[in-house]
Amino acid sequence: MSTTVDTATGIRPFTVQISQEQIDNLCRRIGDTRWPSAELVQDAAQGVQLEFLRELARYWVEDYDFGRIEARLNALPQYMTNIDGLDIHFIHVKSDHDGALPLIITHGWPGSVIEMLDVIGPLTDPTAHGGSSDDAFDVVIPSIPGFGFSSQPTEAGWDSGRIGAAWAELMNRLGYSEYVAQGGDQGAGVTDAMGRQAPDGLLGVHFNFLDAIPKELLTAALTPRIFTHEERDQLGKVVGVFMRGYISEMGEHPQTIGYSLLDSPIGLAAWMLDHDADSYAKIAKAFLEGEQTGNLSRDNILDNITLYWLTSTGASTSRIYWETSKAAAASFKNPPPHMRLPAAYTVFPDELFQAPRHWVKHAYHHLVYFNEAPKGGHFAAWEEPEIFADEMRAAFKSLRNGRSE
Amino acid sequence: MSTSIEAATEVRPFHVEFPEEAIDDLRRRVAATRWPSKELVADRSQGVQLATAQALAGYWLDGYDWRRCEARLNALPQFRTEIDGVDVHFIHVRSQHEDALPVIITHGWPGSVIEMLEVIGPLTDPTAHGGSADDAFDVVIPSIPGYGFSPEPTELGWWAGRVAQIWPELMRRIGYDHFVAQGGDVGAAVTDGMGRMAPEGLLGIHTNLFVPALGGVKFADETDEEKAANEAMALFRATGFGYFLEQSTRPQTIGYGLLDSPVELAAWLLDHDTDAYYKIASAFVDDKPAGNLTRDHILDNITLYWLTGTGASAARSYWESAQATAKSAGQAPPPMSLPFAFTTFPGEIWKTPRSWVEAAYPNVIYFNEVDKGGHFAAWEEPELFTEEIRAAFSSLR
Repeated sequence: MSTTVDTATGIRPFTVQISQEQIDNLCRRIGDTRWPSAELVQDAAQGVQLEFLRELARYWVEDYDFGRIEARLNALPQYMTNIDGLDIHFIHVKSDHDGALPLIITHGWPGSVIEMLDVIGPLTDPTAHGGSSDDAFDVVIPSIPGFGFSSQPTEAGWDSGRIGAAWAELMNRLGYSEYVAQGGDQGAGVTDAMGRQAPDGLLGVHFNFLDAIPKELLTAALTPRIFTHEERDQLGKVVGVFMRGYISEMGEHPQTIGYSLLDSPIGLAAWMLDHDADSYAKIAKAFLEGEQTGNLSRDNILDNITLYWLTSTGASTSRIYWETSKAAAASFKNPPPHMRLPAAYTVFPDELFQAPRHWVKHAYHHLVYFNEAPKGGHFAAWEEPEIFADEMRAAFKSLRNGRSE
Repeated sequence: MSTSIEAATEVRPFHVEFPEEAIDDLRRRVAATRWPSKELVADRSQGVQLATAQALAGYWLDGYDWRRCEARLNALPQFRTEIDGVDVHFIHVRSQHEDALPVIITHGWPGSVIEMLEVIGPLTDPTAHGGSADDAFDVVIPSIPGYGFSPEPTELGWWAGRVAQIWPELMRRIGYDHFVAQGGDVGAAVTDGMGRMAPEGLLGIHTNLFVPALGGVKFADETDEEKAANEAMALFRATGFGYFLEQSTRPQTIGYGLLDSPVELAAWLLDHDTDAYYKIASAFVDDKPAGNLTRDHILDNITLYWLTGTGASAARSYWESAQATAKSAGQAPPPMSLPFAFTTFPGEIWKTPRSWVEAAYPNVIYFNEVDKGGHFAAWEEPELFTEEIRAAFSSLR
């Protein structure tokens, strides 16, 4: 009788299937790329360098194993469930240890669940990765709507707040009455929204990116006297973040850049690689010199780009910037509620900016953990999965004690 | 003995002819476009709408003929000559009337010489277009280095100010000892730069984009007109600035899509300003062109960018100008004492008030506000544009 309802809110196993035809089409397009002339500078000052991208294209067609995405993702328990009208894809790995703390991790742009694959082992199976059974997590890694295998929104309004509310429902549907949440980049925006919504069961949040800056800090920035010299440097970096072409373009006209991201694999790769100077340099080095930084290997990078291509999500992923930009403008008029839940923060040294402790404290009054990690950049979980897992263990340790079970 | 020098500075006839394979390859790529899902809004607030892009692609495949554009170009006297290491392409049409005033007209981005084709007749042959013999111009329309048939620079430094330095040499080389200059968009920046250098022979300039406001200088905000202009600029910066920032900072990154995907190139070029976008969208979706902004003319320009492979090199001109602006930060540009003329077109990104023009240019000889036309004034309203050029420069003859 109620089959359709069950199907909609039910949780269905999901398997990735990629056809040879899709792969052939992609390889043909890469081979047919019409290249621009080389940039006129010796560095990345005009954008993604031609030599780097040509090597990436060569590796993509000649050496990359297109079976990797299926193999890596299908080795994990993946599911689909319909929330608020959209099919949400997620990875869900339970720990073997009793009392594991459920953790929902949200990826960012230009990322996907691919960023998070190598933290699953250390988080769910700590005893095999230098931790103790007390450190165990059950891990839930959803694809943001419009990213990867989650459906693309067909109406405007899927901003961080709406995604955050969907995540709370997801955790509820999975039967978790107590859990924590983590995110960087756009995932930090979603996690910030969840923290402010404080749904039943959410014990605390961890960030590796300070999304709250536009709301909390820009007004303070108007009185620069209060800043120390070092803080002014950081503030300059923050302003630099918002003066980036990709943020501006996707925040204003995601559809326009979307044509390139859907139609040209190299246009897509260039757009995704041009995120920040640190990760660009690391990834370029992996391709040009065969020297990878941490876990940012050529194959891992291409897994993510290939996922964007095969799921045709270049435009729909860009729209989150448009949504975020709308939401940020609205939040100036109607500031979101303060975050009262315990918050934890890790500064990675190569992140776009290194938030000083008191900025974080200003945004999140109930700061239970703050640490500077020894290495890692914007894609912290991807680049340094072991350090990232250590941070999760330390950040959420104090929240395990007060749990009801 | 001096053959190589002569060969370099000589003015050589130029003829456009792309091989059939290049056109076939373009058609194949347009037909194979992998489309994004539809935007989630009912207007251009998320960018170029899917229906517009698909209508454009459909016409590109089924209705458009590039050879018609080639024939239009080849019907005009075109030349190339090497200046400062770049083989500059230009159209040069002399009037039959004696004492015609030479004018050099500089196109902008996302334009090319294509924007200017329909003003050539009215300017050079005024008696056939509602004017008198006294209105005649000799017309020179160069392609900015990196745009169209002017090869892309292979070294840094080609910002608008450097282009402004070579145009006087071009005019001198083709035998003009006095001339006037005109430009909109990037062409306005080039023309403004020429005016400030005041090379020998330059009598005065006309622009249809108010360059001094681009440098971040704040102009008066008292009258309704001034407030409206400031608000329009602020709106542009808040909602239509992505392409500008991307090209100014990362021209190579966007260049990959512009070279590899015809539909991305078309979308990027269409997404310039709200007024022009809706006019062009209406031409494709409803078959209702505004003025001369027809489907064929729009596709002539886009196809020219595609076939010449200049998406990245044209974008780099923004990067160069941003570098030049950063280097000169805080310094006022050299003053302009030459005669200055300006026309405000109502659909332009902001409607420049007379007060701003008079504040920025001490020697204003002409100011007018017309009742139609937008950012691509010469392209959209060639007759009206011509009338403005005639009136603007009549006192300098």
